[in-house]
Amino acid sequence: MISQFFILSSKGDPLIYKDFRGDSGGRDVAELFYRKLTGLPGDESPVVMVTSGGHHDDRHFIHIRHSGLYLVATTSENISPFSLLELLSRLATLLGDYCGSLSEGTISRNVALVYELLDEVLDYGYVQTTSMEMLRNFIQTEAVVSKPFSLFDLSSVGLFGAETQQSKVAPSSAASRPILTSRSDQSQKNEVFLDVVERLSVLIASNGSLLKVDVQGEIRLKSFLPSGSEMRIGLTEEFCVGKSELRGYGPGIRVDEVSFHSSVLLEEFESHRILRLQPPQGELTVMRYQLSDDLPSPLPFRLFPSVQWDRGSGRLQVYLKLRCDLPPKSQALNVRLHLPLPRGVVSLSQELSGPEQKAELGEGALRWDLPRVQGGSQLSGLFQMDVPGLPGPPGQAPSTSAPLGLGPASLSFELPRHTCSGLQVRFLRLAFRPCGNANPHKWVRHLSHSDAYVIRI
Amino acid sequence: MPYLGSEDVVKELKKALCNPHVQADRLRYRNVIQRVIRMPKLDQWGQAEVLNFLLRYQPRSEEELFDILNLLDSFLKSSSPGVVMGATKLFLILAKKFPHVQTDVLVQVKGPLLAACSSESRELCFAALCHVRQILHSLPGHFSSHYKKFFCFYSEPHYIKLQKVEVLCELVNDENVQQVLEELRGYCTDVSADFAQAAIFAIGGIAKTYTDQCVQILTELLGLRQEHITTVVVQTFRDLVWLCPQCTEAVCQALPGCEENIQDSEGKQALIWLLGVHGERIPNAPYVLEDFVENVKSETFPAVKMELLTALLRLFLSRPAECQDMLGRLLHYCIEEEKDMAVRDRGLFYYRLLLAGIDEVKRILCSPKSDPSLGLLEDQAERPVNSWASDFNTLVPVYGKARWATISKYQRAERQGPELPNTASFATPGPLIPEESKETVQELPDSEALMLVPSCQLTAEYFEKTWFSLKVAHQQVFPWRGAVHPDTLQMALQVVNIQTIAMSRAGAHPWKAYLGAQDDTGCLFLTELLLEPESSEMQISVKQNEPRTETLNSFISVLETVLGTIGDIKS
Repeated sequence: MISQFFILSSKGDPLIYKDFRGDSGGRDVAELFYRKLTGLPGDESPVVMVTSGGHHDDRHFIHIRHSGLYLVATTSENISPFSLLELLSRLATLLGDYCGSLSEGTISRNVALVYELLDEVLDYGYVQTTSMEMLRNFIQTEAVVSKPFSLFDLSSVGLFGAETQQSKVAPSSAASRPILTSRSDQSQKNEVFLDVVERLSVLIASNGSLLKVDVQGEIRLKSFLPSGSEMRIGLTEEFCVGKSELRGYGPGIRVDEVSFHSSVLLEEFESHRILRLQPPQGELTVMRYQLSDDLPSPLPFRLFPSVQWDRGSGRLQVYLKLRCDLPPKSQALNVRLHLPLPRGVVSLSQELSGPEQKAELGEGALRWDLPRVQGGSQLSGLFQMDVPGLPGPPGQAPSTSAPLGLGPASLSFELPRHTCSGLQVRFLRLAFRPCGNANPHKWVRHLSHSDAYVIRI
Repeated sequence: MPYLGSEDVVKELKKALCNPHVQADRLRYRNVIQRVIRMPKLDQWGQAEVLNFLLRYQPRSEEELFDILNLLDSFLKSSSPGVVMGATKLFLILAKKFPHVQTDVLVQVKGPLLAACSSESRELCFAALCHVRQILHSLPGHFSSHYKKFFCFYSEPHYIKLQKVEVLCELVNDENVQQVLEELRGYCTDVSADFAQAAIFAIGGIAKTYTDQCVQILTELLGLRQEHITTVVVQTFRDLVWLCPQCTEAVCQALPGCEENIQDSEGKQALIWLLGVHGERIPNAPYVLEDFVENVKSETFPAVKMELLTALLRLFLSRPAECQDMLGRLLHYCIEEEKDMAVRDRGLFYYRLLLAGIDEVKRILCSPKSDPSLGLLEDQAERPVNSWASDFNTLVPVYGKARWATISKYQRAERQGPELPNTASFATPGPLIPEESKETVQELPDSEALMLVPSCQLTAEYFEKTWFSLKVAHQQVFPWRGAVHPDTLQMALQVVNIQTIAMSRAGAHPWKAYLGAQDDTGCLFLTELLLEPESSEMQISVKQNEPRTETLNSFISVLETVLGTIGDIKS
């Protein structure tokens, strides 16, 4: 049960404030929250905080950070943190659905809508419903969008758009518009966006052996279709769940655990790997899956470091060779390598293999930016640094062992049109045909990105 | 009343949980519960709410209990973490008499918890990590094979990294110790000083079990000669030497040279303590202390000066020739020039002690240099699942037990003040417990947590009188090997508020002890421990002045835990 709910901007300005129970101090609670958050000692976690003293009797602040905003709930009961955090993220999704996207601008433009939504979702601090189905009957206010959306505004085409059967490309902002609420608008766009997103976390030991691979994947659906329209999502047929199942001829696409949204019907899943569902409007996570330790494809990147360290003069030379093991047609974007350095590094001289690359020192670490890496290519960088602060017995020959404080290197990147598990969406079929309108647009995209890609040196 | 999908659900729930007739009729009750649980319109919030309501019901028979558990099984596989955790808590509480069921549930919930730990939402991840730690307190090996899931990423926020380090420190075992230590070693050189120090303390924690590997890593870290690292390493060494005397030699070899890189009070105290206590094994100890004595005038922390006095006096006992002059100078400074009264008094005290003769000083200052049993006592604090089951899926694990205690103490004080406004009391849902089951619910806390009063002071005469007037309420034997260390036992019993009335000397045959305790309702527990010579069992007889079985059972389990702990230390 929630006493208050408020949204703060990243600078701490209150955007939305709602008191559900009237049992608390007042608006300055939001200010108090921000003061506490910024003045928190380092070893305490900000997720839950307690106020004590003053005229507020004790209450707990529980918050999430979502796209730069703080969504905060206060309560004076000892409630389940999991449910409350889930509720907050669900609220964030709902607000995103209704306002187009969640940001300071959209929230402040749609204050009336947000309050209306909060009124329906929570009553006297208790959750009533968060389902789009129910809410659409009650919400009357229209979202205010800053810029009218146009599919033909191709100036804002994203670097990697969605790939469809018609091989058209949708602008990257296509999915960030409000779910239409009024019936008059419904003739305009019937679109479905389906994303297969995987997060990859990898740990590679200094001798190159793989210590840990972990893939967290999910299939996300954002539907602008009228509710109740049925759709079928076909997954790769060789998709196996668990260690023992065997399908198809090849090694198959194997994941360890799968969980589905409760609205997904699984009659055809066993036989044909087809998910059937009637999605409500808005965003929905259809399926989540995990895969660890056993990856069917090679890892996207390999790093071959070599370190020369002259203890006497304090000269440190790091040669990094980065090999991209993606198929030649694929590419990785926004690749960034982060290498912590020993304390006291002063100068950096570099030799990079390409002109578009960039390397610099900052916050005790080396940052190497590679905007675009083609599959199968090899890139290298030679970095020379002076580390006068690291004393050691002088007069020793240059050693190849790394000094303490160097590494581990971590990579961050995005892999468009690639899933590490190999899972693909075969088809997306809609049973529903809206009268008087052409086929709805269906956009499907696959994307992997790094969660933590760590290579020890 | 929260909105639970539809009016029907609310009606069903009320029927199920308020009506004693429904509860009395097992089949009917089962049907109602089944219908409530299967309610198709129930969304995840409704499910979480239902699970919360079901906590209030106490099944009457074992069969009924397992019926309910079977019905609820599907909730454990829900995709919403809130529902899964709610179901877990319900299972843990309902099955409180069946430890194997509890363990099974915790195994089932491992997957969802680990998934939440690597969730994209940092906050959810944090809450899950806190609960993982809670589980690890009772089942230390539970997550050991998944240790890699708890490795930190550089992009994670600070509070998650700290939790992960704590988890790693707790799940370490023979198989993964190598990898975990290697990972932790990487964190020690992190850019954030706080995080680096937390990692070093974690290695120190692991060192209680895997001493050699950890001391080697810590020694290597000293080579970095960075202030924030050196000071924490030295503090870790001090704690370690006290608990694990076998590593003293290695620590003493690593210490020389550290003094150049320590500036803060805590680190200096630790170093000076080590130099004082183990000075005879460190060749340059007097010269390092001499530097401190030389600079004592500019020293800002009184605690460091106090430590210096004690350490120098100790070193003087083992190496008088090198220390005599310094000690004189230090005492002179402390008595004549020092402005801090505590330091001055300490100086005067040592001065007078020295006047009493060197033998007297030795008798007072040469205390034991280590206490291995202390570490074991700390480690043995493996808590049973039931001690935290009611806190599961609440804010308690998220705050941490200690912080929660201070918070709730404050809240209680506040609640006792002015009456709550009317709106609030209107809001609290009325008790849904039927009249007859109220009694059981109220007695629950008693049977779960026996509260022994710390300040209970029984006199020997009163004990004797009561002992002879009562009958033995419970008698059992407890496996025991070898002799008893009365001091250790007495100390351990004191921790759980059991008072020792009388005890035989160590090695006496037969060995006997009389113990007394009182709980918060005033019920007395009188106990006799008897160890016959040549016997491998300790006989325990307990008398009670009010015949109450539940409290008696929990008292006996407390006693058994203590005896078990002490027994383990010896063997």
